Amino acid sequence: MSGKVITITSGKGGVGKTTTAANLGVALASMGNKVVCIDSDIGLRNLDVVLGLENRIVYDLVDAVEGRCRVSQAMIRDKRIETLYLIPAAQTRDKNAVSPSDMIKLCDTLREDVDWIIIDSPAGIERGFRNAIAPADEVLVVTNPEVSAVRDADRIIGLVEAEERGPAKLVINRLKTAMVKRGDMLSAEDVVELLAIPLIGIVPEDENVIISTNQGQPIALNEKCLAGRSFVNIARRVKGEEVPWLDLNEKEGLFNRLGKIISGGG
Amino acid sequence: MASFLDRLTRKQHSSASQAKERLSLVLIHDRTDLSPENLRSLKDRLIEVISDYVKIDTRHTEIEIKNDGREQTLIANIPLMKPRPRG
Repeated sequence: MSGKVITITSGKGGVGKTTTAANLGVALASMGNKVVCIDSDIGLRNLDVVLGLENRIVYDLVDAVEGRCRVSQAMIRDKRIETLYLIPAAQTRDKNAVSPSDMIKLCDTLREDVDWIIIDSPAGIERGFRNAIAPADEVLVVTNPEVSAVRDADRIIGLVEAEERGPAKLVINRLKTAMVKRGDMLSAEDVVELLAIPLIGIVPEDENVIISTNQGQPIALNEKCLAGRSFVNIARRVKGEEVPWLDLNEKEGLFNRLGKIISGGG
Repeated sequence: MASFLDRLTRKQHSSASQAKERLSLVLIHDRTDLSPENLRSLKDRLIEVISDYVKIDTRHTEIEIKNDGREQTLIANIPLMKPRPRG
């Protein structure tokens, strides 16, 4: 087996890297693939809580890299999907505890055993980011449709290119369709035009993301909601499938749409 | 009709189009590591050097950085003046 390494990064913090990494992992594993998610944000770990696995941690990434445990011992098995694993970040160490070559070595070991390795990168452009992209076969850059997130994404895309890990693919997260319609938010097309890299996913703003994170149940497990379906579609595109783009307006609900039809609107 | 025109003009000055306009300029400077101030001085010096050799029409000179995907190109459009007949 030769697993593929996908790194999720963004530059700016808080745009949804960890949510994207967790949901991509869940979606790929739900399709029957063996997946390990690695939290490379040493000192600020969060992928464990987003996946709802925070109570199962014994060993972490730094333990595995420094040889205090076998790699398989640092892999926590998910409670819902048995082909999903997490290697959590160390919480009490700093980013320099791991080097880019450690990450390459670790991923080379894991490739033998799993189909997909999803690395959640820390924010910023320093060591933690370099660690996260060093072993990447593919890099997904997550951004929000707002100026500071897009600007930082552009920096990151340039750095990924310079490290010969490009071209990165773009995930636009937290798009508010109603604001786009009013002309008060950059559209997905605007962001793609500015950043000039291929788009792999658009995720609408959805309260269900916060609710599901509260519960430690990644939203990709819930295909009834639009954000969940959007993450599943990203996973399918990562696997090379051609997936049609979702109609993000359907969130308005049947009642609203009926109202619009009656009043003669779109 | 009026409301349609209204919407059209509002769209052009919408906060989203302002964001897009501002970002496209910022990204050019970020990608080239060239500040607006340095770009201005580059233009002035370019015109100065060219003027040492030929007469140029400075009113219609355009020098700017354009995006082509993720590549930036410095485009200079510098019309030359016709030489005056001698004698």
